Amino acid sequence: MERSFIARNPSVLVFLALLAAFTLGVTALSEGFGIGVVSTSFVKTLGKTLCLCLVAVAMDLIWGYAGILSLGHFAFFGLGGYMIGMWLMYERTRQIVMGSLSEGVLPPTPEEIQAAIGNQIFGVVGSSDFPVIWAFADSLFVQLVLVVAVPGILALVFGWLAFRSRVTGVYLSILTQAMTLGLALYLFQNASGLRGNNGLSGLQNLPGVQAPQAVVSIWFLWASALALGLGYLLVAWIVSGKFGSVIRGIRDNEARVRFLGYGVERYKLLIFTVTACIAGIAGALYYPQAGIINPAEVAPIASIYLAVWVAIGGRGKIYGAVIGTAFVSLVSSWFTGGQAPDVSLGFYTIKWVDWWLIVLGFSFVLVTLFAPGGISGLVELMQRRRRKGDAG
Amino acid sequence: MKTLLEVSGVTVSFDGFRAINNLSFQIGSAEMRAVIGPNGAGKTTFMDIVTGKTKPDEGHILWGDKSISLIGMSEARIAQAGIGRKFQKPTVFEDQTVQENLLLALRKDRSPLSVLLYRPNRRDLDRVTELAQQIGLPDQLLRAAGELSHGQKQWLEIGMLLAQDPQLLLVDEPAAGMTLAEREKTTTILAQAAKTRAVVVVEHDMEFVRRLDCKVTVLHEGAVLAEGSLDHVTKNQDVIDVYLGR
Repeated sequence: MERSFIARNPSVLVFLALLAAFTLGVTALSEGFGIGVVSTSFVKTLGKTLCLCLVAVAMDLIWGYAGILSLGHFAFFGLGGYMIGMWLMYERTRQIVMGSLSEGVLPPTPEEIQAAIGNQIFGVVGSSDFPVIWAFADSLFVQLVLVVAVPGILALVFGWLAFRSRVTGVYLSILTQAMTLGLALYLFQNASGLRGNNGLSGLQNLPGVQAPQAVVSIWFLWASALALGLGYLLVAWIVSGKFGSVIRGIRDNEARVRFLGYGVERYKLLIFTVTACIAGIAGALYYPQAGIINPAEVAPIASIYLAVWVAIGGRGKIYGAVIGTAFVSLVSSWFTGGQAPDVSLGFYTIKWVDWWLIVLGFSFVLVTLFAPGGISGLVELMQRRRRKGDAG
Repeated sequence: MKTLLEVSGVTVSFDGFRAINNLSFQIGSAEMRAVIGPNGAGKTTFMDIVTGKTKPDEGHILWGDKSISLIGMSEARIAQAGIGRKFQKPTVFEDQTVQENLLLALRKDRSPLSVLLYRPNRRDLDRVTELAQQIGLPDQLLRAAGELSHGQKQWLEIGMLLAQDPQLLLVDEPAAGMTLAEREKTTTILAQAAKTRAVVVVEHDMEFVRRLDCKVTVLHEGAVLAEGSLDHVTKNQDVIDVYLGR
């Protein structure tokens, strides 16, 4: 009687198939494993885009389904990136330091090694001591746990305080935005222990891996595709049953759900925390492909972009978030990367690097006003029209 | 008859205005009661207090066999304890189907994890079908609730209340905006429900209250003005002065 989850949601299977085909296709065209048509830097762009799609899927769960407009999920994304970045940077620096110290006559003491690593990493902020938060930077396992745990615990504490006080709607958005700003400002300080505005760099070099970037980029593409596929599956499963019914109810009429006997705050907290963890994982996969993370990445505007992507793609459909993010972020990088040809009007030259943001802002306004369902909403509208046309 | 809900000496003020003033009210375990009163008499505030939305400044609210105090309990806990509420405006989840609405209300474990793992079994679906028949929507199970007529939404909401299987139903103006035929059907549904549980109906419409044929409590300025049969209270001079005479 009760059909399986996939049978009830054929679109999930379609998405996973497309994602697999995309990943295999890019691999076959890549420099690392294929015929070399797609450059390594573009493979990285595509891999990063998949990570952005993953965090957008999380955003759709919390905003599109639960109706909580969080403007802080890029903070969780960035934290995930910082956590993996700490290990990448520590371990690689340690290997370089070991290489240079071993040329000396006497074998180096552990203190000497530690001091040399500290000097290498924190020299730019005028320090050579390891801050407390780097205590576990030598352990990949611990840092991987922290990728999920740090955003998760921050979301849990922040969400508990906010939801318990019944902060909702635009006030909650402002609060999450304030959290993001606070975190960014903190990270900008040299004393934050994460190298201030220098951020963490050289993250594209995996310690102990000799393979060229052309190969590593494909590994990350696959890892990102896998994470996106699993994240998509998880979110689609969460919203498919009664839980989805409850959170959509919370979105549409929170008080009513409460009078039905559901502890609305606990549901919100769970969704907030789970999506923060997903964002952390997405960030941990993104920044090794980007190579560098700095506090500017955590700046409030990034989280607003996330909302814009999901809105343009269409809320409450999961695949809408993926479409919107892939489309907007790829077009963005084309326009802001300097590839787009400038338009000369004679008296004025439109430089897309400057004008792209205005175009993006304008399209956001247009989507909000004329196509609240976003791109995916338009697709569904056309499907319905065609079906009607067939019937008539 | 056993007392199911006992409200005694409850007072609530909003910025100095006493919305509820030393109110006392009792209802038995299988009883229908109509609460009437002019605008601002405190009818909705009374419901807000019982369901935990508003915290009283003074007084006691005792519930059930064990006389548990409801004061300080969250809305969700009070709902789980067995008090269901229907709002004045029909509030169903419009973009979900009738079936989803009813399943959402069905009496089940409400904790996030068990809800996440919940999948409806045959018995639950049968119960939903049964409820849909009771409220006259058996053919509408797979329709979005937003597509229903105003009256059908009201019934769906009553159906959701029944699905919760509460011991006390608080129903705010169930007949508002209904046609005569719809009112008759609403009366039948409520009377049926009152056989096994307590039903409190807040209503403006005298004709509808007469149809319910039950004990009536008249509220005025946050306190009980009169109580008894409809004929009894309508003869009360105070009631005529503040409410019926206008």
